[in-house]
Amino acid sequence: MSGAPLAWRGRLPVTVIGGYLGAGKTTLINSLLRSAEGRRLCVLVNDFGSVPIDRDLIVAADGDTLELSGGCVCCSYGSDLMDALAGLPSRLPQVERVLLETSGVALPDQVASAVGLLPAFRIDGIVVLVDADTVRARVDDVYVGDTIRRQLAAADLLVVNRCDLVGPEDLATTLRWLAVEAPAAHRIQTSRGIVAADIILGLGDGAAAAPSLPAGPYECDAAMRYEAIEIALPAEVDAAALAWRLTRPELGLLRAKAIVRDARGGLAALHTVGRRAEIDVAPASARPSRLVAIGVRGQLDRAAIIEAVLSAPHVRV
Amino acid sequence: MSAGPITIFRARRILTMNPARPEGTHVAVREGRILGVGPLEELVGWGTHTLDDTFADKVLMPGLVEGHSHASEGTFWRYTYVGRFDRMDPEGKVWSGAGSIEDVVARLQQAEHTLQAPDEPLSGWGLDPIYYGDRRVVRADLDKVSTSRAVGVMHASGHIFNVNSRALERAGLLRPGVNHPGVPLGTDGLPTGELKGPEAMSLVGALIGFDRERLANDEPGLRRFARLCVRQGVTTATDLANLLPPEAVSMMRRVTGEARFPVRIVPFRRFQAMTARQALDHALALRGESTDRLRLGAIKLFVDGSIQGFSARLRWPGYYNGAPNGLWYTPPESIRELYALALQHGVLVHSHTNGDQATEMALDCLEQAMLGQPARDHRFTLQHCQLADAAQFRRMHRLGMCVNLFPNHHFYWGDQHYETTVGPERAMRMNACATALASGVPMAIHSDAPVTPLGPLFTAWCAVNRLTASGRVLGTAERISVADALRTITLGAAFTLRLDGEIGSIECGKRADFAVLEDDPLEIAPEHLKDVRIWGTVQDGRSFPAAEP
Repeated sequence: MSGAPLAWRGRLPVTVIGGYLGAGKTTLINSLLRSAEGRRLCVLVNDFGSVPIDRDLIVAADGDTLELSGGCVCCSYGSDLMDALAGLPSRLPQVERVLLETSGVALPDQVASAVGLLPAFRIDGIVVLVDADTVRARVDDVYVGDTIRRQLAAADLLVVNRCDLVGPEDLATTLRWLAVEAPAAHRIQTSRGIVAADIILGLGDGAAAAPSLPAGPYECDAAMRYEAIEIALPAEVDAAALAWRLTRPELGLLRAKAIVRDARGGLAALHTVGRRAEIDVAPASARPSRLVAIGVRGQLDRAAIIEAVLSAPHVRV
Repeated sequence: MSAGPITIFRARRILTMNPARPEGTHVAVREGRILGVGPLEELVGWGTHTLDDTFADKVLMPGLVEGHSHASEGTFWRYTYVGRFDRMDPEGKVWSGAGSIEDVVARLQQAEHTLQAPDEPLSGWGLDPIYYGDRRVVRADLDKVSTSRAVGVMHASGHIFNVNSRALERAGLLRPGVNHPGVPLGTDGLPTGELKGPEAMSLVGALIGFDRERLANDEPGLRRFARLCVRQGVTTATDLANLLPPEAVSMMRRVTGEARFPVRIVPFRRFQAMTARQALDHALALRGESTDRLRLGAIKLFVDGSIQGFSARLRWPGYYNGAPNGLWYTPPESIRELYALALQHGVLVHSHTNGDQATEMALDCLEQAMLGQPARDHRFTLQHCQLADAAQFRRMHRLGMCVNLFPNHHFYWGDQHYETTVGPERAMRMNACATALASGVPMAIHSDAPVTPLGPLFTAWCAVNRLTASGRVLGTAERISVADALRTITLGAAFTLRLDGEIGSIECGKRADFAVLEDDPLEIAPEHLKDVRIWGTVQDGRSFPAAEP
């Protein structure tokens, strides 16, 4: 693991996608691949067994690597995730972002902390899928109930899936219950695993003008559902302090990014995903930027976000 | 049709495990199989024979069957042994146990002097620091061995590495800010050199000589493993489990097929990173590649982790020291699906369960799978199954399950179980051999080599005496008789592998597989059962003296 290319590229962001068997992890990943819009993703799955990738997305197959349309790839990590990750930057240098699908009984925070042992990667966020229809029955299961609870508690973002299968009263009860189980996680309600790609895959430039949305029958619905905003930042805002302020659930932010001055006067990339905030080395070409943020329409509290920005301490440059 | 030549072996005593003819003095062998046991006059009727007196002063037992071992024990002997207890290597040399951390370091220093290339890693195995008080092994200890080459030692449990500073540095881990539960940090904020759990271990494995490819497909290791089997009287041993890539299967077929290969190897395919359907198809394809000395086509799955690693799944009240419950390694949905498919196709499945909740879940899954697919003789076996209680053994019996218990654990880690992991009462019921037999559950007992040393007679001693390393008797009521223990390490284990019609007892029609002993295990005092001296083996009628180079 040589230092030079890392300083130039920054660490590769990894999104851990967890959740119990059948919660919709694979559906979410396929929907993200369809709306990747030129982002070169590497999807890591435990196995190719149950056809993890929709066939029409597969361009070519070579052993444990599938070449996908749009410059993406899918690899199975089988018995050794760490090995697969460690070799990834040199084997697939074009990859910009990793989506790591965990097994149904894995604890996603444990997987994330293992990824953190590899200096070439940073955890972008832990996304945990919940089957709104079955989760409350499943947590009463004597065997897997506590595993599901631990999965929920590990989430930065909870994607509450299959909401269309649940009546409004049941859904409200489930959401209240989730707020108790995972109080710090930010929640997205959806069906058929559809989530705006910007939230999971990162905000592209100009995202506020036109958040990228998944193609398909839910497109209009999704366009209505999310909203992105941009906010000017004071030049010397303290990146770490700001980042933590932006993770407060009441702001309604699902994801935010900005390039800001760090404590030593250099440039840092600030990312938040739900309750998680991360400060990373900014790319060499970066310039200080506005804050770009995305959230659920109607829940994004612009005034509170501006208040958070203004209340953040400044660094002395 | 002309039959092959007949050899009649004369012995001091032959213990057959056949209740209809429990003992004899002679055994007649033709074409690698047994014609009969008895006094000479009852065997001469088979025709012209050669009388072989090699074993005239020895005791013959059915060849011992190790139902849960890993061929990697053969591989590990290429590394430096630093365990706490004396252990015999494949060449018959006994390596004495290391009495202190300083002693461990001294042994590694000695091994370091023999290395040629300056960057060659130095690997040790068998470390068990619980015997050295509260002090942990840290990188400063292993830096005394070398600061220029990577040094790494695997713990006896197989779940932890200790490495030196050079190995940490090469793995990119000698830096502040490492944040992982498996990587403890020192007061300087840097990793101490202890790496726990598969993820942390995986970062250094290849750097310190424990690389996966080597372990999965190691021809010299398989040969060494076979030598160990001969020394321990073992004629059939499992490799439980292996990912069985095609190159490993073809190597195993070639090596076990050699005229002087002394052991029948039974590899199980690990159920991991594949669907139940794929696992089944792989098992069925492998079944067709079986040979006399390589029996393929069975599947092993992991339900939970280990008790001493606190990754086993326990029922209420959980761990004695309050540690959170362990991890599921396979979801119940996948286990049910695999069980159902395997029952449908007659594929044998053995399931690793350590904690009693894992055992309960496996029992539930089998019960549900059998509702759709009744099966009378599946021989599904729970491996380790260490914490099962009496009710669970009764369920195993009703469901037709077998069990392979792990009494060696009492000796090596029983005190730790008593004091820390599960507390006194459950520590005393662990590996409840007497309850299993009383419940009518077909039973084997095992070493899990290389976790503990291969040696069914030692394992039998553990089941008979239930002594811990400190001398505590752990559960007097669960001790079994020597006769039961001997039956368990032969016919008992053979039954769990569906091989009891072929091996496990000395009677007409079965394979001529014998453990050849210098001492009579029924005459020696039960507390000395582990000290029975072993001459070697006969496998398929071929003699293999342990002393042979």
